[in-house]
Amino acid sequence: MTARGLSIALLVGLLLVARPGLAIDTDPKLADPVQQATYERLTSEVRCLVCQNQTIGDSSAPLAADLRREIREMIEAGRSEEEIKVFLLERYGDFVLYKPRFKPSTAALWLAPLLLLLVGGLGLARIIRRRAALPVPADDEPDAAKEG
Amino acid sequence: MWRFLLPVAIFGLLVAVFVLGLGKDPALVPSPLIGRPAPEFTLPRLDDPAKTLSRGDLLGKTSLVNIWGTWCSGCRQEHDALLALARDSGIPIYGINWKDDPQLAREWLATLGNPYVAVGVDQDGRTAIDWGVYGAPETFLIGPDGTVLYKHIAPITLDVWREQFLPRMAEAGAAK
Repeated sequence: MTARGLSIALLVGLLLVARPGLAIDTDPKLADPVQQATYERLTSEVRCLVCQNQTIGDSSAPLAADLRREIREMIEAGRSEEEIKVFLLERYGDFVLYKPRFKPSTAALWLAPLLLLLVGGLGLARIIRRRAALPVPADDEPDAAKEG
Repeated sequence: MWRFLLPVAIFGLLVAVFVLGLGKDPALVPSPLIGRPAPEFTLPRLDDPAKTLSRGDLLGKTSLVNIWGTWCSGCRQEHDALLALARDSGIPIYGINWKDDPQLAREWLATLGNPYVAVGVDQDGRTAIDWGVYGAPETFLIGPDGTVLYKHIAPITLDVWREQFLPRMAEAGAAK
């Protein structure tokens, strides 16, 4: 192996080994795989309010670690996913969930994309229909071009 | 004519929405606790861990609950304002020392002065979670019946006190 090939192989190897070093949540897994799945789903849906564009699963902020511990303990105590979400909503408000609940104050958030799609679709349909109704110019006819 | 004006109007509306949105601070998340009873808590006291500070101690008088830590630079900033409020306004200020070393916290109060009637120690952050705290300093205004009247996130200043806290206290007092 050339020196260049060797150094690339070494770099790739080191990066592979270093992967676990990037993990934020280093707590041991929950014993029950179903509970662990719930835990992973929740920590990927709950916003860390200290660093707002990270989930608590991705954040190294102390508050995120506290919230992970709180969620873990509630799961171990047998609380449902819904109960845990309500627990968080009562304390931190709608913003804490990456998928906010559908309610009057969040309706615009959920419905605006549908509304825009509808308006855009209707506009597009109108334009297509109007263009389709236009007469086709004679020299655009492919057959006419061939015969001519 | 409307075919020209409509897109312009929609664009204008969007610009207005964005300009208004830019003026808001995304770090300020409204607390769902406002208007609701303050969360229950019982914490060991900073000056004497054998004693406790709990929700019941807040009742009977309008009070402030201030979340602080010696690691928090904003808490250092607001400390003089808290001292002035404790001295001049007569409102009892309770502290919750959040995720801190109690020894450092005691030294901080001994050096800088102590604006608090009592300080509870929340080392593992559980009380802070119940109060929906996400960044110190935070200051809650608690009515005599234990209702959360207002929450201020960021260092408190005498201007904030006059503009945000006093009107809410007057309003709550008038409602009774």
